Amino acid sequence: MATTGVTQPVRRSSTGVLLESVLKWREISILLVAVLLIAYFEAENRDFLLTSASLENLSQFIAPAAIISFGEIMLMIGGEIDLSAGMIFAFAPFVMHFAVVAGMPAPVGLLLALLASGLIGVVNGVVTLFLRVPSFVTTLGTMFLLNGLTLTLSAGTPVDVPGSPGFQAFFGHWGYSEICWAIVIGLMMHVLLRNTRWGLHTVASGGNPHGAAETGINVRRLKIGNFILSAVLSGFVGILEGCRISSVDPQAGGSQIMFLAVASGVIGGTSLAGGSGTIIGGLIGATVLGVLNDGFTLIGINAFTFNIILGAAILIAMVFNIHMTRLSRLGGAR
Amino acid sequence: MTADVTQVNSEIIRAENIVMKFGALTALRGVSLDLKRGEILGILGDNGAGKSTLMKIITGFQAPTEGQLFIDGQAVQLRSVDHARSLGIECVYQDLALANGLSIFHNMFLNREIVYPGPFRLLNNRAMRRRTQELLDEIGVHVPSVDLPVERLSGGQRQAIAVARAVNSNARVLLLDEPLAAMGAREAGLIIDLILRLKAKGSLSIIMIMHNYAQTLEIADRIMLMQRGAVTYENHAAATSVPELMEIVRREYRSMRNPASA
Repeated sequence: MATTGVTQPVRRSSTGVLLESVLKWREISILLVAVLLIAYFEAENRDFLLTSASLENLSQFIAPAAIISFGEIMLMIGGEIDLSAGMIFAFAPFVMHFAVVAGMPAPVGLLLALLASGLIGVVNGVVTLFLRVPSFVTTLGTMFLLNGLTLTLSAGTPVDVPGSPGFQAFFGHWGYSEICWAIVIGLMMHVLLRNTRWGLHTVASGGNPHGAAETGINVRRLKIGNFILSAVLSGFVGILEGCRISSVDPQAGGSQIMFLAVASGVIGGTSLAGGSGTIIGGLIGATVLGVLNDGFTLIGINAFTFNIILGAAILIAMVFNIHMTRLSRLGGAR
Repeated sequence: MTADVTQVNSEIIRAENIVMKFGALTALRGVSLDLKRGEILGILGDNGAGKSTLMKIITGFQAPTEGQLFIDGQAVQLRSVDHARSLGIECVYQDLALANGLSIFHNMFLNREIVYPGPFRLLNNRAMRRRTQELLDEIGVHVPSVDLPVERLSGGQRQAIAVARAVNSNARVLLLDEPLAAMGAREAGLIIDLILRLKAKGSLSIIMIMHNYAQTLEIADRIMLMQRGAVTYENHAAATSVPELMEIVRREYRSMRNPASA
């Protein structure tokens, strides 16, 4: 069975080490990019990392995109996407605000906001999976719909964040609160993806939806669950950000944060076509984007340049992702 | 022809006069079939002969318009694929239902994963890895490592994994949909060996949908020829030959083209 050239690369990686290292190397190489960027910006500007203020600033750029990317990565692995994430981000804090105005304590308002976010996830999921609208289109619709709803409910004006100072500090106002949330949620999501049936089935349903259904996996339930997960995370980040800047702004979040999250996932190695991806990759991807944005700001390169770099980074990461596996296989055949 | 004089009670599946209509189209016109314990039945026929429809009825995917299915001598109405599965009927489809990016051992236990006890039900990869290795050794399927993703396996190896998975789920009846399709002679040989080894274990009955007459006669105990929704010929594999089967098919074609002379 192992005499032909075709089985040779298989034989070489008999411990699974080769493939593991390729997959790990993919993340490590992105991490290396982040480290090099940090070194570069540190050399250009002494204050980049080693002062608490700029480190805090950096962490606050990374965390929101990272947390939203965790939900997007689960969806993308299953072959779906949520374009409405940034609008759920803007919507959720207003649910909390109105709940508190109606006389409820802030923690209850928070729970209601997450519940409302989850319901939007249910709508995204049900329309996509039962009415068979591609998720790109479903969530494009709910994106505009929610944006309009948030602007209408808020009359376009920002409001104050409800809750005690302690509550606000815990949910985003303290400088490192957001990055702590990102790391804790990231670890939980990593375990969900790598060590539970839910995660395994998500990968299976993205790689071979028909086959997954044939083994009895309830693909619809799984994907609707991931839409809910993504929506709840997005709503939660909206509240964290509201607490951080002490203001709930109907214009906050939006498509910008959603695309940053998707880009974080893609740069971190998640395939948009489904079937593969990692949570850690999303965290590293968000770090690269955060370092780029922060670094350019500090050395005085403007936001337009940042977008050029971001676009190029996404393209390079995508080309790399698609051809890396193929190249490693060809290399092994010799 | 179906002179089961010796062991009537060893029959595991019997289908009587199965009719399947899809609107105006009649896919099956009264097909009967029986399968004994430990037997391999090969079903031959052209595309559109009704083989796949018959398969879908036995796996519980579709309910027949008319006719009755018996399992272990009991009349049953299969409600779903899961229902058929609970009775020990497993099917390996042509697309194999493998998730390409996942490892062999994850595929082997897909949707039947072994988990650690506790509230989080975390995957017990160690146990799945070990069980997969044992199972593959037991049925003589060799892969370099059960950690490999199935996308890195050859077509024959993938087919073997899919068959092993079906066997692993305590199947009593295995339905194989074109198990040798698009395979070279050496790969096909591996799968034929695997099927014969499974048969030798004695506990498994197999129905194969096939295209290649010679391969079918090599593996199967009995063959059934289906044409235009009906069984036109049935015999023990040892009692027939490729030329005989070809002649029957040729006769059928002639009568189709020129009904008057038939």
